[in-house]
Amino acid sequence: MNLVKVMDVQEEEYIYPGTRMCAGCAMALIYRFALKALGPKTILTVPASCLTVLHGMQGFCTTKVSVLHTPFATTGASASGIVASLEEKGLNNEICVVAFAGDGGTVDIGIQALSGAAERGTDFIYACYDNEAYMNTGVQRSGATPQGAHTTTTPGGKMKPKKNMLKIMEAHGIAYVATANGSYPIDIYEKFKKARTMIGTKYIHILSPCPPGWGYDPKETIKIGRLAVETGFWPLYEIINGKFNLSRESKKYLDPSKRKPIIDYLGAQKRFKGISDEDIEDYKTYINNLWDEIKKRIDH
Amino acid sequence: MPNKKKDYQIILASIQKPVIGEAGITGTWSKLKPVINSEKCIPSKSGKPGCFNCWLFCPEGVVSRTIPPKINIEYCKGCGICKEECPASAISMEEVEIE
Ligand SMILES: Cc1ncc(C[n+]2csc(CCOP(=O)(O)OP(=O)(O)O)c2C)c(N)n1
Ligand code: SF4
Ligand code: SF4
Ligand code: SF4
Ligand SMILES: [Mg+2]
Repeated sequence: MNLVKVMDVQEEEYIYPGTRMCAGCAMALIYRFALKALGPKTILTVPASCLTVLHGMQGFCTTKVSVLHTPFATTGASASGIVASLEEKGLNNEICVVAFAGDGGTVDIGIQALSGAAERGTDFIYACYDNEAYMNTGVQRSGATPQGAHTTTTPGGKMKPKKNMLKIMEAHGIAYVATANGSYPIDIYEKFKKARTMIGTKYIHILSPCPPGWGYDPKETIKIGRLAVETGFWPLYEIINGKFNLSRESKKYLDPSKRKPIIDYLGAQKRFKGISDEDIEDYKTYINNLWDEIKKRIDH
Repeated sequence: MPNKKKDYQIILASIQKPVIGEAGITGTWSKLKPVINSEKCIPSKSGKPGCFNCWLFCPEGVVSRTIPPKINIEYCKGCGICKEECPASAISMEEVEIE
């Protein structure tokens, strides 16, 4: 595939400025590039989350794209309904249906409806922006909160590791599974563009640093997200109809000596303050195992 | 008896009006704003399109992809990301009054 450069990216903005997102919110940046890739012929469905707040109060809207606000557990079901109605009208090839939800709305509350839609092979994109907690209600732990992270409901640091949603979605045998990260907007753009052209269920899981929830200065957002990739914690990849493809920015981290120490990532965020040595060891093991598996899949 | 026309109007009311500055003039959230030094900025110096990291990484989409890049300070929240991501150290954060 040709390299997408900054000048190739859609210049038009689809989000009107002046939204309620915190300064330095990676989700706002992720959404900005997702909408650039998707274009105006898109219908979104969004459950309760910070992304709901981005769209503004009742009576107003902040995007040039149609958005349906849907109850928490219904994201996958509402997307299925929109797809069915477009098929009925013969508009399904023209208009793309996209569900956009937070991690709480995806890996916990919305997992049943998402799993149902994926099992039916519903022709839509499901994007999860993962800020690793229920941020909109004040930082409660979700299934996607990583081990050792402090939230208001894990005051001693979370004892369980992050739920492996990528594996769960891959197990559905869907057309497209991809990881992304707010610090790589062109990669986000390319992945949404690609997903838009594919038929079937497409799942994109995007790590989304959050200054107040993770505890760092808003100006550090891009650096923090990049560290997640540079330490090997968050590899960028795609699985296209079962075929694994490591994304450009993650290729060099196949070599363990190129990976930065995980403490560089954890230590930059207040939510990991006082993390135990055992937890850090668990991270190292997790990263090593993750990359052993990636290496095997690539060699195949 | 419910008034049918009224019910229909209630449904229509859920259609939302597009608006800039839904949260107000969000530029007022921070006094510090990025100021670009054209003598250091890569595309401004070369006259050719390139870099535009400030445009790329701005979560608010308030930087233009033009030579020189322009910042809409009315809605810039002053996060400082553009300054951090500028490879030429062409951006400084300064106190700027919003008209
Ligand atoms: C049925 C229901 N339960 C609880 C809520 C309250 N609520 C609104 S947003 C939110 C947090 C969502 O977390 P996540 O999906 O991770 O998105 P984020 O806020 O982090 O962006 C919660 C619990 C609700 N709106 N509806
Ligand atoms: S709480 Fe986090 S995810 Fe929500 S708007 Fe603020 S920075 Fe973004
Ligand atoms: S990031 Fe810096 S060098 Fe690049 S276009 Fe912006 S101001 Fe110029
Ligand atoms: S300070 Fe933040 S909001 Fe303002 S232009 Fe720079 S990146 Fe955008
Ligand atoms: Mg969340």
